[in-house]
Amino acid sequence: MAHLLIAIPAWNEEGSIAAVIEKVRLHRPDADIVVVNDGSTDATAALAQQAGATVLSLPFNVGVGGAMRTAFLYAHRMGYSALVQVDADGQHDPADVDALIGGLSDADIVVGTRFHPTSMYFVGGPRRWAMVLLSKALSRMNGSAISDPTSGFRSAGPKAIRLFAVNYPAEYLGDTVGSLSIAIRNDLVIHEAPVTMYYRAIGRPSKNALWSALYLGRASLALMATILQRKAPTKGDAS
Amino acid sequence: MSAQILSALAAVITIVLVFDMLRRGLLKEKYAVLWLFFAGAALFFAIFPSVLSKISSSLGVVNPANLLFFFTIVLLVVVSVQLSYELSRHEARIRRLAEEIALLEERLRRMLPQEPHDGD
Repeated sequence: MAHLLIAIPAWNEEGSIAAVIEKVRLHRPDADIVVVNDGSTDATAALAQQAGATVLSLPFNVGVGGAMRTAFLYAHRMGYSALVQVDADGQHDPADVDALIGGLSDADIVVGTRFHPTSMYFVGGPRRWAMVLLSKALSRMNGSAISDPTSGFRSAGPKAIRLFAVNYPAEYLGDTVGSLSIAIRNDLVIHEAPVTMYYRAIGRPSKNALWSALYLGRASLALMATILQRKAPTKGDAS
Repeated sequence: MSAQILSALAAVITIVLVFDMLRRGLLKEKYAVLWLFFAGAALFFAIFPSVLSKISSSLGVVNPANLLFFFTIVLLVVVSVQLSYELSRHEARIRRLAEEIALLEERLRRMLPQEPHDGD
């Protein structure tokens, strides 16, 4: 697989960005690394550059979806044939990148799933129900299982790069759920591969019931919005 | 009678305000036209309330004021939705511009010789 780009969206991740870049490079010396600095107010950009990554600095914070579209636009214009998204907080294991890339031989997108027999990952309560519901809906649309639609650890092949350079939702959850829905609507093939996910080193994700209800509501809305969207993403030109 | 004066006054103030904003370049014509049309209609009905009464009785509305309220609400909703649409479009465009800036800035940094920077 020629010409691989590893894209790391980062917003105020000065504590972990350099280590993540280092780990990714050690594991995939063949890959180019691009950090999309999403309006950070700390030293994220400088540290990423020092660590040897290409840095794309957005003038203000646009969210993970916006950062990822920038990465896809970059990948598209520079002619990369594969892109792997890795989180800047160190929760993804670069060793799994190989599986995500390997899966691209017969798919356009490979989603790293945290739910598999040997996974240490567990979510409970309403948040779990929300994720199961989203997974069911997307799996049904896709025709094959997408057990972890909110996973940000995924790879994209040439067709997906071309699509996402133009059409990648910036809304909340759009970067995960919404983008998959858009891909399905555009007849891309989505597979999944088991990955290891470490718990966030800094900051705990909130987990109360109200938050989960909101989460599900917004996720459903994100799904709706993309399902109802016109099929051909002809608006705007990425070339 | 005083309600009539009040509404005429409000309409005149709106017209003056919109014209002033237009003159100073704070408002685009396409929006100014809309508000001037509303204010003009309001002024017309304030001066000739009998026209409003005739229209409402022909439509079967008992109280002419209700007809006025109804139309006002419909128009305001239309304007709000239109503004939301414009806002969404602008957000999408600004986002695209931000992306282009990020790509351009990176390219520029690669092309230009490293500038010695102080501090930072």
